[in-house]
Amino acid sequence: MSTWLQVITQGALGAISIAMLFSLHRLVRGPSLTDRVVALDLFSLQTAAVITVYALWVGQPELVDVALVLAVIGSMGTIVIARYLYSARRGQR
Amino acid sequence: MKEILTAILLVTGALLMLLAGLGLFRMPDLFLRLQAAAKASSLGVGLLMGAAALGLGDVSVVARAALGVAFVFVMTPVATLLIAQAAFRAGIPLWEKTHQNDLEEHHPAGGPYEPSLGPDGEDWE
Repeated sequence: MSTWLQVITQGALGAISIAMLFSLHRLVRGPSLTDRVVALDLFSLQTAAVITVYALWVGQPELVDVALVLAVIGSMGTIVIARYLYSARRGQR
Repeated sequence: MKEILTAILLVTGALLMLLAGLGLFRMPDLFLRLQAAAKASSLGVGLLMGAAALGLGDVSVVARAALGVAFVFVMTPVATLLIAQAAFRAGIPLWEKTHQNDLEEHHPAGGPYEPSLGPDGEDWE
């Protein structure tokens, strides 16, 4: 991998890290429980993206598997929590 | 040539992920936040996985990246729809400048689920 592509890879990692800080802010401050669930879903997708870019940076193809599993599990968890929230009564959000 | 294409995919994917985080941070309403986060982040993850598949250049990595992109593109809209329905039922307030609410007629917000009546008084189920 050439040097300029490594610089671009590090820049992509930095941009995704800033986006992770944004979703962490929403996870801590989010006014409702649903906001926190959405922030956690986006955070797991961002972690999968970081692992993917890191796999490209260090040249480890095995790490793509980790990102794949993390992306699937994160969305699954969001669907399960959504089904739970759907049947919960008002006032317990 | 391959490296230039990888760099373009990396930059667009990372910018879309940053846009998703910024939308989650800045949008005024839960439903608008969902719009921004779901679309931008699924496309961003797809582009980044494409960049990894192209840069690593291995057949197994290409297959796994394609599988990951397919999973993300199927699961993220489903999760977003279910979360939005649950939030609407729970009575999460809409932004005050939102002036179209089609779901309110048949499924009013708040309370547990009750099958509502159709437009002509017939039960929908």
